[in-house]
Amino acid sequence: MSYGLAIVNPTLTENRMVPAVDEGTLILRCQAGEKQAYGELVNKYMKRAYYTALGLIGSPEAAMDLSQEAFIRAYRAIKRLDADKKFFTWYYRILKNLCLNHLRDRARHARPFSEVGETTLLKMSDQGEDASRQVEQEETREIVWDAINSLKPQEREIIILKDFQEHSYIEISELLDCPMGTVMSRLYNARQALKVKLEKVLK
Amino acid sequence: MSSQLKSADKKHFQTLLMKAVDAELNPDEQTEFDKFVSKDADCRNEWQQMKKLKEVTKNMNFKSLPTEVWDNYWVNVYNRLERGLAWILFSIGAIILLTYSGFKAVESIIADPQLAGILKAAILMLIGGSVILLVSVVREKLFTQKSDPYKEVQR
Repeated sequence: MSYGLAIVNPTLTENRMVPAVDEGTLILRCQAGEKQAYGELVNKYMKRAYYTALGLIGSPEAAMDLSQEAFIRAYRAIKRLDADKKFFTWYYRILKNLCLNHLRDRARHARPFSEVGETTLLKMSDQGEDASRQVEQEETREIVWDAINSLKPQEREIIILKDFQEHSYIEISELLDCPMGTVMSRLYNARQALKVKLEKVLK
Repeated sequence: MSSQLKSADKKHFQTLLMKAVDAELNPDEQTEFDKFVSKDADCRNEWQQMKKLKEVTKNMNFKSLPTEVWDNYWVNVYNRLERGLAWILFSIGAIILLTYSGFKAVESIIADPQLAGILKAAILMLIGGSVILLVSVVREKLFTQKSDPYKEVQR
């Protein structure tokens, strides 16, 4: 599966947290059974949903499938969502549970992360570099990605949210439903773990 | 991390360090952080390493997908939503029809005077066994779902 070579940060191309009022109206319309309103919510968050799932599970096909499945489950349960709450925060918990279940099933079937084809997913910012530099960057990229994949799911999650999805600490605190202090200490521990795994690269 | 720092200071430095790495320090925190780094060699060393780590992760991005994937995303979700409903209706209809036909089949087997008793018993045992197997599998699935350790993860 080819995904093009353009380097973008997907999170920067879509809206950040949507103002509560607009989103609240959309949620109320969804609760009234208006599928078009739900389409607007899906369009707002689909990229963030897909790339978050991709970061958590590493497989593009599964990330696409699970992000869509999470939207389906969210729609079926949308009447239980408080219209004052942020949709993505609520949706994220559904997505995360699906991803954790997927990881658990994959572990049962003994398919390690490195065999799922995720190594074709990332590319360093190598525009304008010569060939040997690109090869070197490609190697580094694989080492870094393998190191991220070998982290515990909780550590990988916070690295993905902060360094790949570029969420603020407040947003992460909302998504993970934990205090800021916990976010900071989890991020510190995750980065420490990653630093140890990348010792050679960082030298 | 320096052994000279007290536990509370270590924790505070770690928080400041994360904010420094992510460029989220306010001016007061920046001053505090600079003090840590200038006074303590281990803090300085850790700051350098974390900066390098951030450099490495900062340069990694997911490849973008073609526009048409995003154009079709909602359509796919919509179709799956619609098909989900169709599958539910289909399954309910199929269960009702299968149950009814099974009942009728058993009824006709029992009522058939030409069929030997042993054959009737064998057919009934076959049907009974299949039903027990089905119920057992469904029950196991439901039990697994209920006792799933990930089911309630951070809801």
